[in-house]
Amino acid sequence: MDALREFFHMGGYAFYVWSAYGVALVVLVANVVVPMMRARDLRARLARQARLERSP
Amino acid sequence: MWTFLHKLGSPRHFYRISGGMLPWLAWTTALLMAAGLYGGLVLAPPDYQQGESYRIIFIHVPSAWMSLFVYVIMAAAGAVGLVWRIKLADVMAAASAPLGASFTFLALVTGSLWGKPMWGTYWVWDARLTSELVLLFLYFGVMGLHAAIEDKRTASRAAAVLALVGVVNIPIIHYSVEWWSTLHQGPTVTKFDAPSIHLSMLVPLLLMALAFKLYYVTVLLMRARSEVLERERSSAWVRELARGT
Repeated sequence: MDALREFFHMGGYAFYVWSAYGVALVVLVANVVVPMMRARDLRARLARQARLERSP
Repeated sequence: MWTFLHKLGSPRHFYRISGGMLPWLAWTTALLMAAGLYGGLVLAPPDYQQGESYRIIFIHVPSAWMSLFVYVIMAAAGAVGLVWRIKLADVMAAASAPLGASFTFLALVTGSLWGKPMWGTYWVWDARLTSELVLLFLYFGVMGLHAAIEDKRTASRAAAVLALVGVVNIPIIHYSVEWWSTLHQGPTVTKFDAPSIHLSMLVPLLLMALAFKLYYVTVLLMRARSEVLERERSSAWVRELARGT
């Protein structure tokens, strides 16, 4: 338990170290999620168009 | 080899081949990043001068390296698109810009969070920091051109010219710590003699650098695939694909 607290304490630099890692996590995850959502929307749009063309 | 490259250059084959590669790339990235983080945050000892604060290096340095690497790739892809009119090169250049901007942003923010406890300030207008900030604005310029110009071919051409002009900034960033006196410390790893960093820190750093590189390739392919579908939406193979789903 103490080892864990010490780990998160980062020798007094907790704010700087974990802020840096937090920002990195947010930016890296956002860069994956945004293109995934875009790909899903695009595929749905293309499928809708295909259905419209089939049933005039 | 050439026939393979030629096939890969066609949007349809690119879409198929990249789809098969993505899961492998994503899992390798995740594994490398997990190993790098464990090595960097848990196994590596504290630095004898900087204590625990140096652990920011494991994201700061890979981000900074990638900010330069992605820019060179983006400018090179832009040049290929400009000269040989290869659609896929335009797509790669366009998809690289937001990723490069993200890495540059991360390098600046993590560097700032490292600078505060070590130098006593979040920001200083010295050569390394200022030239890296200019890099961020170059990425924003490329993204802005893509967003502002409706016609994709024109947008790609304009963005490629801007990216190529901005290449001068790359050696300036790299050598800034040697050309000008600066708060930023000199290179640790890319020196001609042995790197001045212990193996227990170097290994996780290189693992993280490799993970960031593969992360870039993974997300680049994801973005490029959507871009290809969008640009080719009226072609026969995309219609066929859309009917299938």
